[in-house]
Order: sequence, then C-alpha cells, then structure tokens
Amino acid sequence: MLVIKNLKVEIDGKIILKGISLEIKAGEIHAIMGPNGSGKSTLAAVLAGREFARVTEGTVTYMGKNLLEMAPEDRAKEGIFLGFQYPIEIPGVSMVNFMKTAVNEHRKHKGLEPVSASDFLKMMREKKELVEIDSKLANRSVNEGYSGGEKKKNEIFQMAMLEPRLAILDETDSGLDIDALKIVARGVNKLKRPDNSAIIITHYQRLLDFIIPDVVHVLFDGRIVRTAGKELAHELEAKGYDWIKRDMDKNDQS
Amino acid sequence: MNNLPERSEQYYNLYKENIGRIEESSSAFINSFRGPAIEKFIELGIPTRKNETYKYTNLDTFFNHEFHTIFMPSESDFRKAEDFRCDVTDLDAHGIVLLNGFYPTITDKLRKLPGGIWIGSLNEASKKFSDKIEKHFGKYANANGDGLVHLNTAMASDGVFIYVPEGVVLKKPIQIVNLVQSDVDIFNQHRNLIVVEKHAEVTLIICDHTLSPRKFLTNAVTEIFVGENSHFDIIRVQNEHNNAGKITHTFIHQEKNSNASSNNITLHGGLVRNSTHHFLGGEGAESYSYGLFLADKFQHVDNFVNVDHAFPHCTSNQLFKGVLDDMATGAFNGRIYVHKDAQGTLAYQKNNNILLTDDAKMDTKPQLEIYADDVKCSHGATVGQLDENALFYLQSRGINKREARLMLMFGFAHEVIQNIKVDPLRERMDNLVMQRLKGELSRCASCMVKCG
Repeated sequence: MLVIKNLKVEIDGKIILKGISLEIKAGEIHAIMGPNGSGKSTLAAVLAGREFARVTEGTVTYMGKNLLEMAPEDRAKEGIFLGFQYPIEIPGVSMVNFMKTAVNEHRKHKGLEPVSASDFLKMMREKKELVEIDSKLANRSVNEGYSGGEKKKNEIFQMAMLEPRLAILDETDSGLDIDALKIVARGVNKLKRPDNSAIIITHYQRLLDFIIPDVVHVLFDGRIVRTAGKELAHELEAKGYDWIKRDMDKNDQS
Repeated sequence: MNNLPERSEQYYNLYKENIGRIEESSSAFINSFRGPAIEKFIELGIPTRKNETYKYTNLDTFFNHEFHTIFMPSESDFRKAEDFRCDVTDLDAHGIVLLNGFYPTITDKLRKLPGGIWIGSLNEASKKFSDKIEKHFGKYANANGDGLVHLNTAMASDGVFIYVPEGVVLKKPIQIVNLVQSDVDIFNQHRNLIVVEKHAEVTLIICDHTLSPRKFLTNAVTEIFVGENSHFDIIRVQNEHNNAGKITHTFIHQEKNSNASSNNITLHGGLVRNSTHHFLGGEGAESYSYGLFLADKFQHVDNFVNVDHAFPHCTSNQLFKGVLDDMATGAFNGRIYVHKDAQGTLAYQKNNNILLTDDAKMDTKPQLEIYADDVKCSHGATVGQLDENALFYLQSRGINKREARLMLMFGFAHEVIQNIKVDPLRERMDNLVMQRLKGELSRCASCMVKCG
C-alpha cells in the first residue's frame, strides 16, 4: 500500500529525515516509536503533504502512485488520513459543516452524489457513538474550546467519518488519560478492516497495549534504527531509548 | 469666519442658507441646540487626519465635493421609497423607511406599537412628547470633540424617535431602512433618538442602502438611552455603493444593570466611518460592541469605538473583524476608558483582520486609559493572512484549497455574525457574506445599484 524509499527531508535547511525506507501492506498496523526530535512528526507531515517539510531525496509510492506529487486534499480523497498531534481550532466553522463538506468531497471523488441531510445526520450519530463523543461537540466550532481529550477523540471521529485506507495517527495518545486512551484505541480497532492500514506514531508503549501493531519501528535521529514485531515496544518500555542509543554507539565502535 | 477652512465654510454657508427652513419644521427645544452647535462646528471644523480619532481616515474626497443638498424629498419620492422592500423576507419587524434622512410625509408621523411603544418622526415627537425629548435629546451626543456630530446637531432636519416605556418587552424588532436616492449628488444628515426606559427590552435593526448611482454623503447621529435593567440590541447593516460616504455616530448611554449591544456589519460602501460610544453610566452595566466589514477595490472602512467605564463592576466586550481585498483599506481604533472609581471593571477588546492581498492595508490601534486599580482588561489585535495551519487541517480532510479558504474566511466572519440574535437576519447575513466571499455581488435583492 505504501512504500517509502530512502526518504530524506529537511525543514528550514535542517536535515530531519536522513533516509527512511519502509513498506506497509494492506491490513498491517505499523508503530513508529522514538524519542522526541527523532523525526516522527516530520514523517507524518510529509506523508500528509505539509509544504514546510521539503523532500530532498527518495520516493513515496502510495497505491502505485507518486504520493509526493499529490496535493494534500487529493491524498485525503485517495484515503490517507492524518490524526493531528495538535488538532487545530477553527472558530466560526461548525463541525457539522466541516464534516459535511469533507464527506461530500470524498463522495464526489468517488463519483457519488452528495450525501442527503438525513443520511449525514445518521452517519454523524453512529460515528459519534463509536468514539463516545459528546453529541453537543458536533454543533460547536471545530475543536474550539475542546479539552485535550475531546480534541483527540474528535480526530478519531473524523477518521471514522472519512473511512481512510491509510490512517496516520501522530501521537494521538499524548495528553490522554487512560479512559480516553481506551476510547481512542477502541475506535481505531473498530475501524480496522483487512484492507486498511495504520501508522501509529507514539512516544510511549501504552497505546500499543490496546492497539496491537504488526510491526514496530524505532526512529532515531532521522533514521529507522530497529524494526521488529510488537515485542520491541515492550523492550523499549522496559529499557528506555537510551538502550537503543547505547546499542548504536556500540555498533559504531565495533 | 475669516480663518475657516474652505470646506468647513461650505457647510457653514449651507447652514446659513437653510437654517430658516430647517427650524420651521423642528421644535424650539431642538432648535435651541443649533446655534451653539454650529459655533462648535466652526471651531472644530471637519476632522482631518491631524485629528487623532480620524488619523487613518481621509474624508477629503467626500467633504471637498460639492453636494446639492435638498432638504425635503417630494411626496412622490416618498411613495417610490415606500415600494422598497427589505428582502430578508422572514424578518418580521416594525418597519420605518427614511428617505435621504427624512421621515415620510405620507404615513403617520408617529405610530403606537403594542405596550405603548412609540415610533416615528423625531420632529413630530419633539412637539408631542416634548418632556421626553427635553429629558434626553442632546444629552448623550454632545460631549465630544468631533465637529461632524456638531454639524449634525446644527442641521439635521429629522430622523427617528423611538420610545419604549418601562417594563415593556417588544418581541419583534424595529427596523429602520435608510434609503438614499437622488438624481443629483447629495449630502444628508439625520438624527435619531431612542429611549428605552427601565426593565424594557427591544432590538433595533438599521439598514443603510443607496438606490441611485450618484455620489452621496451621509452624516448620521443616533442617541440611545438604555434604562436600568433594560436590554437593548442595535444591529446596523450597511450595503451602499462604492460612491457613497457614510459616517455614523452612535451614542449608547447605559444605566445600572443594563445590557446593550451594537453590531455594525459593513458589507459594502465607498467610505464608511462608524463611531460607537458606549457609556456605562451605572453599576453592573454590560456592553457588547461588535463589528465586521468586508472591503475590496478602493473601499475604506473605519470603526471607532469608545467604551467609557464610569461606574464600578461593569463589563464591556469589543470584537471587530475585517476582511480586506484588492487595494481596500481599513482602520480600527478601540478606546477603553476606566474612571478612577470604576473598580471591578472587566473590559475586553479584540480586533482581527485578514488581508487577502499585499496592497490591502489595515491600521489598528487599541487605546486603554485605566485610572482604577481593580480592573481586568485585555486587548489583542491581529492583521494577517489566513491561518496556514487551519488551511492545511481542512485540506488534510479532502477539502480543496479554494473551498478551505472560503470556509476559513466565512468562519472568521461568522464569529461576529453569530452574535445577531434575530434568526432570519443572522441567516441572511451569513448568506450575503458567503456570496461576497465567493466574489458574487452581495446586494439585497431590491438594490438597484450595480457596484461594478
């Protein structure tokens, strides 16, 4: 589904990603872990199409297409969804209007008619239940005045509405208490299908207790330094990132 | 009068030529203000950019122009004006139409509404309700150094009078439609007085329209008294053509525990200057001042707000926004003045502006003068482009850039519009703003002027 080859990215002249390669197949959940500043969010930003992150080398192929040539909105319509680490507040734009516009853009892309008002409301209701989101939130402006937990739940709600093929969740667990974390995880698990995939970017292992990854990558200083099964997350939790660092130093010396 | 600048002299001459006619239709009490007011006007003149409160607004192109001033439209003109229909069709309001600043001669000059409310011509009221006029007229507008307010006091011929007795709640809003229509370029002035007694509640909508493509200049003064525990909302919608100059001065005097809001929505106009003065004249009074303008081409919109906290424990809130396209310019000057004894004051101010081009320009100036110590005040101003992060957020959900920009601009404007509590008017404003942002002409259906 997604093939990244030797991806190098810089922001404001600073090299952040120093040659990333990975492949995600349909149905897989990949976790990307790593300490702060290792380039995790930059990777998410590049995949979603943020302009400030400049690709200097490498390729990203998504469903056989060159992802890097696509506008952010086209990536979304082709099934890529980014769950933001810091969801943006948009005063004056209601959640209902926002989601209706987004859903209809997706439908138009698929050659479908705009969703009817009653079907849309029904859809909103179902998906709200899925993430246990307060029904009043939907009538408010996008993320405005939401608590940290509400904002993250709202990301999963949007994901549920748009049914992406590839979800990239950027530190969706940060700032969440255990109950909110469980709700978010349950939402993600319920949306899981054999033909869709997810990239879970996280600093901690605890989200991975609830969303079981197929593959865990450790990103360090702009490079993937380890790739293994879900047990790697536990090892990291037990030994900390210093362990990776020491290990790398040792390799350098030998 | 030797040192009078030429353009001020032009208006002084106008006064001399017409004062006889003006005084004929007015009451002796109102006329007693005219002499001193013209003296004040001569002293202060027409504001220039040297005047601090007009620093960013150049009135020259309008005040240097030679206008034909007609002091009273004919009956047939009033009949034509009566045909004007507000196209906010769901809006159920008690309507008044003013033509070129005059109250129509063809309808009842004073109407009684449920609850003993009176609406009608100020001239007529000054004869019939002289006690009320004498108690309130000129009491709220005169204490300032703006020559144009004095020019209005000296020469305004008529306007609207509204009286809401104690304890009366009027469910339907009152709507004043100001029409300007003439085959020649005209300067017109009108004067409104609104008195809301204790424990009353009323909403006033003022709509400004131009109906013929001549050059117009309007200088309007509205004095409002909001009694103890009363609730008053004024919403002004301005939709005039590019060749129209509109200067409004609104003075809201609030008594104890009253709640008043003003909302100026400027959809279109050549040169617009709104000054709104909130005087919090009793403990526990609350005032809200909102404004939104959308300007393009060579339009200029200036909002001046003055909130005067004269008593303790009052709250005020200002929210003004502007969207500027092409070469449009705008200004915001928000003054908060907290008197020495006004402890426990809460005063907030926010001014946000979006510039859509490099040529658009916005000047914003907060002005806080605080002489009490137990006060919470905040102010913030921004002038910038659309938020890139918000734009990306919308795009990342599949919304194309053009649509995303529109949504953001609409949301930006809606923050002001959402404070309109009259549902059909709020919905209509949302529609007009959306049309305007899409680049379509956002005129009311009955507007006969095409602004190219």
